[in-house]
Amino acid sequence: MLLFGRLADVAGWRERDIPASSLADLRGRIAAEDPTLFEALQAPAVRTAVDQEMVTLDVSLQPGSEVAFLPPMSGG
Amino acid sequence: MTQAPFDPGLALGEFCRDRRETGAVASFTGLARAEAGQTTLLELEAYPGFTEREIGRHEAAAVARFGLQDVLIIHRTGPIPPGEAIVFVATAAPHRRAAFEGCDFLMDYLKSRAPFWKKETGPDGARWIEPTDRDRDDLARWETQ
Repeated sequence: MLLFGRLADVAGWRERDIPASSLADLRGRIAAEDPTLFEALQAPAVRTAVDQEMVTLDVSLQPGSEVAFLPPMSGG
Repeated sequence: MTQAPFDPGLALGEFCRDRRETGAVASFTGLARAEAGQTTLLELEAYPGFTEREIGRHEAAAVARFGLQDVLIIHRTGPIPPGEAIVFVATAAPHRRAAFEGCDFLMDYLKSRAPFWKKETGPDGARWIEPTDRDRDDLARWETQ
Protein backbone atom coordinates (compact mmCIF):
# COMPACT_ATOMS: atom_id res chain seq x y z
CA MET A 1 0.00 0.00 0.00
CA LEU A 2 1.34 3.41 -1.03
CA LEU A 3 0.30 6.83 0.28
CA PHE A 4 1.03 10.13 -1.44
CA GLY A 5 0.94 13.81 -0.52
CA ARG A 6 -0.96 14.75 2.63
CA LEU A 7 -2.16 11.15 3.14
CA ALA A 8 1.42 10.10 3.99
CA ASP A 9 1.53 12.92 6.57
CA VAL A 10 -1.77 11.75 8.10
CA ALA A 11 -0.51 8.16 8.38
CA GLY A 12 3.10 8.89 9.31
CA TRP A 13 4.28 6.38 6.66
CA ARG A 14 4.19 6.13 2.88
CA GLU A 15 4.68 2.46 2.09
CA ARG A 16 3.69 -0.73 3.89
CA ASP A 17 2.96 -4.40 3.22
CA ILE A 18 -0.56 -5.24 4.42
CA PRO A 19 -2.26 -8.63 3.91
CA ALA A 20 -5.67 -8.11 2.24
CA SER A 21 -7.80 -10.08 -0.21
CA SER A 22 -9.63 -7.09 -1.69
CA LEU A 23 -9.74 -3.31 -1.60
CA ALA A 24 -12.70 -3.47 0.80
CA ASP A 25 -10.74 -5.86 3.04
CA LEU A 26 -7.78 -3.46 2.98
CA ARG A 27 -9.99 -0.49 3.92
CA GLY A 28 -11.47 -2.53 6.77
CA ARG A 29 -8.03 -3.30 8.15
CA ILE A 30 -7.07 0.38 7.96
CA ALA A 31 -10.32 1.38 9.69
CA ALA A 32 -9.56 -0.97 12.60
CA GLU A 33 -5.99 0.22 12.96
CA ASP A 34 -6.09 3.94 12.15
CA PRO A 35 -9.58 5.53 11.96
CA THR A 36 -8.09 8.95 11.11
CA LEU A 37 -6.31 7.55 8.06
CA PHE A 38 -9.41 5.55 7.09
CA GLU A 39 -11.47 8.74 7.13
CA ALA A 40 -8.85 10.60 5.07
CA LEU A 41 -8.92 7.79 2.48
CA GLN A 42 -12.73 8.02 2.22
CA ALA A 43 -12.66 11.66 1.01
CA PRO A 44 -14.33 11.87 -2.43
CA ALA A 45 -11.29 13.62 -3.94
CA VAL A 46 -8.99 10.71 -3.06
CA ARG A 47 -8.54 8.33 -5.99
CA THR A 48 -7.36 4.73 -5.85
CA ALA A 49 -5.01 2.86 -8.17
CA VAL A 50 -4.39 -0.89 -8.12
CA ASP A 51 -1.22 -1.99 -9.90
CA GLN A 52 -1.02 1.53 -11.36
CA GLU A 53 -4.51 1.42 -12.91
CA MET A 54 -7.28 3.68 -11.60
CA VAL A 55 -10.18 1.80 -10.01
CA THR A 56 -13.53 3.11 -8.78
CA LEU A 57 -15.15 -0.07 -7.38
CA ASP A 58 -13.97 -2.83 -5.07
CA VAL A 59 -11.47 -5.20 -6.68
CA SER A 60 -9.79 -8.35 -5.44
CA LEU A 61 -6.08 -8.19 -4.67
CA GLN A 62 -3.35 -10.72 -5.43
CA PRO A 63 -0.16 -11.29 -3.44
CA GLY A 64 2.13 -8.41 -4.44
CA SER A 65 -0.68 -6.12 -5.65
CA GLU A 66 0.23 -2.45 -5.33
CA VAL A 67 -2.56 -0.24 -3.98
CA ALA A 68 -2.00 3.51 -4.10
CA PHE A 69 -4.20 6.21 -2.58
CA LEU A 70 -3.92 9.48 -4.48
CA PRO A 71 -5.09 12.80 -2.96
CA PRO A 72 -5.85 15.80 -5.25
CA MET A 73 -2.96 16.23 -7.67
CA SER A 74 -1.05 19.42 -8.38
CA GLY A 75 1.99 19.72 -10.61
CA GLY A 76 3.73 22.50 -12.49
CA MET B 1 11.23 13.59 -14.66
CA THR B 2 14.36 14.76 -12.96
CA GLN B 3 15.46 15.48 -9.39
CA ALA B 4 18.30 17.66 -10.64
CA PRO B 5 17.99 21.32 -11.68
CA PHE B 6 17.69 21.78 -15.46
CA ASP B 7 18.29 24.68 -17.84
CA PRO B 8 15.08 25.49 -19.76
CA GLY B 9 17.01 27.59 -22.29
CA LEU B 10 19.28 24.70 -23.12
CA ALA B 11 16.28 22.35 -23.43
CA LEU B 12 14.54 24.76 -25.81
CA GLY B 13 17.67 25.17 -27.93
CA GLU B 14 18.05 21.42 -28.30
CA PHE B 15 14.34 20.96 -29.01
CA CYS B 16 14.54 23.49 -31.89
CA ARG B 17 17.64 21.94 -33.48
CA ASP B 18 17.54 20.16 -36.86
CA ARG B 19 13.92 20.84 -37.72
CA ARG B 20 13.22 21.37 -41.39
CA GLU B 21 9.44 20.86 -41.40
CA THR B 22 8.56 22.63 -38.14
CA GLY B 23 7.34 26.19 -38.54
CA ALA B 24 6.49 26.82 -34.89
CA VAL B 25 7.85 25.89 -31.49
CA ALA B 26 6.02 27.13 -28.38
CA SER B 27 7.35 26.63 -24.88
CA PHE B 28 6.39 27.28 -21.28
CA THR B 29 8.65 27.33 -18.22
CA GLY B 30 7.19 27.25 -14.71
CA LEU B 31 9.42 28.61 -11.93
CA ALA B 32 9.17 28.15 -8.16
CA ARG B 33 7.90 31.43 -6.63
CA ALA B 34 9.10 32.87 -3.34
CA GLU B 35 5.67 34.48 -2.56
CA ALA B 36 7.38 37.45 -0.87
CA GLY B 37 9.34 35.22 1.49
CA GLN B 38 6.34 33.04 2.41
CA THR B 39 7.72 30.10 0.43
CA THR B 40 11.25 29.00 1.11
CA LEU B 41 10.98 25.59 -0.54
CA LEU B 42 8.68 23.63 -2.83
CA GLU B 43 8.66 19.84 -2.74
CA LEU B 44 7.23 17.84 -5.63
CA GLU B 45 6.35 14.20 -5.18
CA ALA B 46 5.53 11.81 -8.05
CA TYR B 47 4.42 8.18 -8.35
CA PRO B 48 7.34 6.74 -10.37
CA GLY B 49 6.16 4.72 -13.35
CA PHE B 50 2.53 5.78 -13.00
CA THR B 51 3.28 9.51 -13.36
CA GLU B 52 5.33 9.04 -16.55
CA ARG B 53 2.62 6.83 -18.07
CA GLU B 54 -0.19 9.26 -17.27
CA ILE B 55 1.79 12.18 -18.73
CA GLY B 56 2.52 10.06 -21.81
CA ARG B 57 -1.20 9.43 -22.35
CA HIS B 58 -1.93 13.16 -22.29
CA GLU B 59 1.03 13.90 -24.49
CA ALA B 60 -0.37 11.45 -27.07
CA ALA B 61 -3.80 13.12 -26.74
CA ALA B 62 -2.25 16.56 -27.37
CA VAL B 63 -0.32 15.29 -30.40
CA ALA B 64 -3.53 13.85 -31.90
CA ARG B 65 -5.77 16.80 -31.01
CA PHE B 66 -3.52 19.63 -32.20
CA GLY B 67 -1.51 17.84 -34.87
CA LEU B 68 1.79 18.33 -33.06
CA GLN B 69 5.00 17.02 -34.58
CA ASP B 70 6.84 16.68 -31.30
CA VAL B 71 6.53 17.37 -27.56
CA LEU B 72 9.10 17.71 -24.79
CA ILE B 73 8.04 17.74 -21.13
CA ILE B 74 10.54 18.07 -18.27
CA HIS B 75 9.21 17.97 -14.71
CA ARG B 76 11.28 18.39 -11.54
CA THR B 77 10.59 16.34 -8.41
CA GLY B 78 12.07 16.60 -4.93
CA PRO B 79 13.01 19.85 -3.17
CA ILE B 80 13.00 22.98 -5.40
CA PRO B 81 14.15 26.40 -4.12
CA PRO B 82 12.49 29.61 -5.39
CA GLY B 83 13.76 30.77 -8.77
CA GLU B 84 14.44 27.32 -10.16
CA ALA B 85 12.43 25.73 -12.97
CA ILE B 86 9.77 23.20 -11.94
CA VAL B 87 8.32 22.37 -15.35
CA PHE B 88 9.14 22.88 -19.01
CA VAL B 89 6.86 22.09 -21.95
CA ALA B 90 7.77 22.57 -25.62
CA THR B 91 5.59 21.76 -28.62
CA ALA B 92 6.50 21.67 -32.31
CA ALA B 93 4.00 22.06 -35.16
CA PRO B 94 3.91 23.24 -38.75
CA HIS B 95 2.11 26.46 -37.67
CA ARG B 96 1.95 28.57 -34.50
CA ARG B 97 -1.69 28.07 -33.38
CA ALA B 98 -1.26 24.32 -32.88
CA ALA B 99 2.03 24.85 -31.02
CA PHE B 100 0.54 27.50 -28.67
CA GLU B 101 -2.64 25.55 -27.97
CA GLY B 102 -0.89 22.22 -27.48
CA CYS B 103 1.48 23.80 -24.95
CA ASP B 104 -1.41 25.54 -23.13
CA PHE B 105 -3.45 22.29 -23.01
CA LEU B 106 -0.52 20.28 -21.62
CA MET B 107 0.22 22.85 -18.92
CA ASP B 108 -3.43 22.96 -17.78
CA TYR B 109 -3.33 19.17 -17.53
CA LEU B 110 -0.02 19.16 -15.62
CA LYS B 111 -1.28 21.79 -13.13
CA SER B 112 -4.34 19.94 -11.95
CA ARG B 113 -4.50 16.35 -13.25
CA ALA B 114 -0.99 14.92 -13.55
CA PRO B 115 0.04 12.68 -10.63
CA PHE B 116 2.20 15.11 -8.67
CA TRP B 117 1.81 16.35 -5.11
CA LYS B 118 3.23 19.71 -4.15
CA LYS B 119 4.19 20.90 -0.68
CA GLU B 120 5.06 24.50 0.11
CA THR B 121 7.30 25.24 3.08
CA GLY B 122 7.62 28.73 4.61
CA PRO B 123 8.17 30.50 7.92
CA ASP B 124 4.74 29.31 9.16
CA GLY B 125 5.35 25.64 8.34
CA ALA B 126 4.44 23.38 5.44
CA ARG B 127 1.18 22.87 3.53
CA TRP B 128 0.04 20.71 0.62
CA ILE B 129 -1.12 22.63 -2.43
CA GLU B 130 -4.31 21.51 -4.19
CA PRO B 131 -5.64 22.73 -7.51
CA THR B 132 -7.46 26.08 -7.28
CA ASP B 133 -10.84 26.89 -8.87
CA ARG B 134 -8.84 28.84 -11.43
CA ASP B 135 -6.80 25.72 -12.29
CA ARG B 136 -10.03 23.72 -12.70
CA ASP B 137 -11.60 26.43 -14.88
CA ASP B 138 -8.45 26.50 -17.01
CA LEU B 139 -8.69 22.75 -17.56
CA ALA B 140 -12.45 22.88 -18.25
CA ARG B 141 -11.82 25.17 -21.24
CA TRP B 142 -10.54 22.14 -23.16
CA GLU B 143 -13.58 20.01 -22.37
CA THR B 144 -16.12 22.38 -23.89
CA GLN B 145 -14.31 22.96 -27.17
